[in-house]
Amino acid sequence: MTVAPAPAPLISIRELTMAYGPVVIQRDLNFDIGRGDIFVIMGGSGCGKSTLLKHMLGLVAPAAGEILYSGESFTRASAQQRDAIRRRWGITYQTGGMFSAMTLAENVALPLQLYSAYSRGEIADIVAYKLALVGLAGFQDYYPAEISGGMLKRAALARAIALDPEILFFDEPSAGLDPISSRLLDDLIFELKESTGATVVIVTHELASIFAIATNSVYLDATSHTMIDCGDPAYLRDHSQQAVVREFLTRGGSLAKTAQTRSPEHE
Amino acid sequence: MAFPGPIPYTLAIPDKLPTPMSDAPAGLRLARQNDKDALLELSGGWVQGSKAADFASLREQLQPGTHTRLLIDGTALGPWDSTLVAFLLQCHNHCAQEGIELTTRNLPPGAERLLALATAVAPHQQPAASRGSWLAGLSPRQLFGKAVGAVRESLAFTGEVSIALARLVTGKSNTRFQDFRHFAYQAGPDALGIISLTSVLVGMILAYLGAVQLEQFGAGVYVANLVSIGVLREMGALMTAVVMAGRTGAAYAAQLGTMQTNEEIDAITTLGVSPVEFLVIPRILALMAVMPLLTLYANLLGIVGGGVVAGGMGISPLQYISQTEHALAVNHLAVGLAKSVVFAALIAVAGCRAGINSGRSSAAVGQAATEAVVTAIVYLIVADAAINILCQQLHI
Ligand SMILES: Nc1ncnc2c1ncn2[C@@H]1O[C@H](COP(=O)(O)OP(=O)(O)O)[C@@H](O)[C@H]1O
Ligand SMILES: [Mg+2]
Repeated sequence: MTVAPAPAPLISIRELTMAYGPVVIQRDLNFDIGRGDIFVIMGGSGCGKSTLLKHMLGLVAPAAGEILYSGESFTRASAQQRDAIRRRWGITYQTGGMFSAMTLAENVALPLQLYSAYSRGEIADIVAYKLALVGLAGFQDYYPAEISGGMLKRAALARAIALDPEILFFDEPSAGLDPISSRLLDDLIFELKESTGATVVIVTHELASIFAIATNSVYLDATSHTMIDCGDPAYLRDHSQQAVVREFLTRGGSLAKTAQTRSPEHE
Repeated sequence: MAFPGPIPYTLAIPDKLPTPMSDAPAGLRLARQNDKDALLELSGGWVQGSKAADFASLREQLQPGTHTRLLIDGTALGPWDSTLVAFLLQCHNHCAQEGIELTTRNLPPGAERLLALATAVAPHQQPAASRGSWLAGLSPRQLFGKAVGAVRESLAFTGEVSIALARLVTGKSNTRFQDFRHFAYQAGPDALGIISLTSVLVGMILAYLGAVQLEQFGAGVYVANLVSIGVLREMGALMTAVVMAGRTGAAYAAQLGTMQTNEEIDAITTLGVSPVEFLVIPRILALMAVMPLLTLYANLLGIVGGGVVAGGMGISPLQYISQTEHALAVNHLAVGLAKSVVFAALIAVAGCRAGINSGRSSAAVGQAATEAVVTAIVYLIVADAAINILCQQLHI
């Protein structure tokens, strides 16, 4: 599934101001996310990363500005148009968002039953495959309450990728995972992007992930309530004009610069 | 045993099915190269809707006794998505199970890597706790076991509540007064609207019922006695309790069930605080404090409601009031209020027990709320009957 390059960027954020009531979380956000990017939203805790994601998903309306998908306004789209766009997305939420009354298999099967052309038997195969991809083969009949937090994150990922989505949104997918699972998850995200041409928008604090897979990023600052830099994180780490960003990307300067470098093939 | 050359095995794709992204239809062909080796050739577009992945019939063709090696060839593959990799994974699992050696040739590199990722972790073997069929749940043994379990659970919970109450009395409890106040407010002033409506209507219903009968004897004015005694002893407390069971009992179950789901109850336990002391006691006490007041209010409005109907039937307000004064007796009022305290305890215990013992899913929380209301209403009716019999014996 290769995708022809489009003239307009896949996602554009224009003059976006986000607020909960009178409290402005972030203002004047302007950036583009290109097709095939692995785009990281960075920033300290509470700066508004999840909020930005919720705006991009249309779960919260912007206080000002708009969000465009392939050059078309998503903010001003009708509910029907939004649903059509959303069908091409896969999303994981910060706290899981798995349906607790369904088994893992039923959770993953739900989007397939709703929107795919697969038969019942095929759906079972696809579900087995998606669960195996995230390392949960054999856990089909477990309920979300019966598996660990890290497994829950991976199960949520399996549900997000059920329909081979065009855009994947992840809110801190590797938080709470051990380093090996976290690494596997990075591999998986990268593989999905490579093999299906998906675009990935991801909120993460994991420097290893950021340098391993990210191709572009934005940094939201909690004190000035706006974005203070954007670009390739490997470049920002060494050349950002903002000391805060350099510090964030070197974990307060303690991390050796050479430790985590993106391999050249990913450039 | 030798096979007469390769056996073609092709799954044709019906034309009517949508093949959104494929130019050539998906196909697979199993050929036997010799006794031991099998070659599986995949061709065309393996995408959603292409209906190619019929693994079941392929499984029959692959005999574990004869075949020891399977080569999957993807040279002729067109576009692909999860359909292909899901199929490959089925092949992989089957081969691993039957001891067939699986090799691949010319598969799309992306699919190859995804397959490697999907097979990196060995499948989990131990099955989830068996759920059984729904029919098994109807067997007498299961039903009896369930009933015994429920009774035991109720007793255990009642015991815990008693211990917590004892600790409260001795001042060693972790119950917080601010919680009590909060729940008392929720159960009390917030419920006034619905209680007003139901009690006025109950008073009116009683008055209608009585007036029609009493007028036949020319004793219409005694409708006041009927209404005041009926409301004070019985209907005021019972109707308030039924409304509160649906309103507050269900809310308690849902609150505690959600806390169970969010591991909040675990957090409280590990803080060294008994969830019963911290969560259940304030709720029970709040409801027990508020229900008699609500009942008093309901009694008043019930009598007013009866008066409205009586007025419509030609009994003057003055007559109604003086007749009510005659009928009013402390024992009727006391019986009603005593009932309301008992009812409050039953509702709160039923609600909290259902919530604390709730499972950890949205469906389980719903079940807990249902259970809270159903058990509370059963308790109410049984307790009401018991109290009435007791009063009869004691001539109260
Ligand atoms: N539903 C909400 N209502 C009001 N304020 C909120 C809401 N959700 C988040 N916030 C506030 O917005 C800020 C950003 O939150 P969030 O986007 O979750 O941060 P993070 O970057 O850690 O994901 C926080 O200060 C938080 O208190
Ligand atoms: Mg967040």
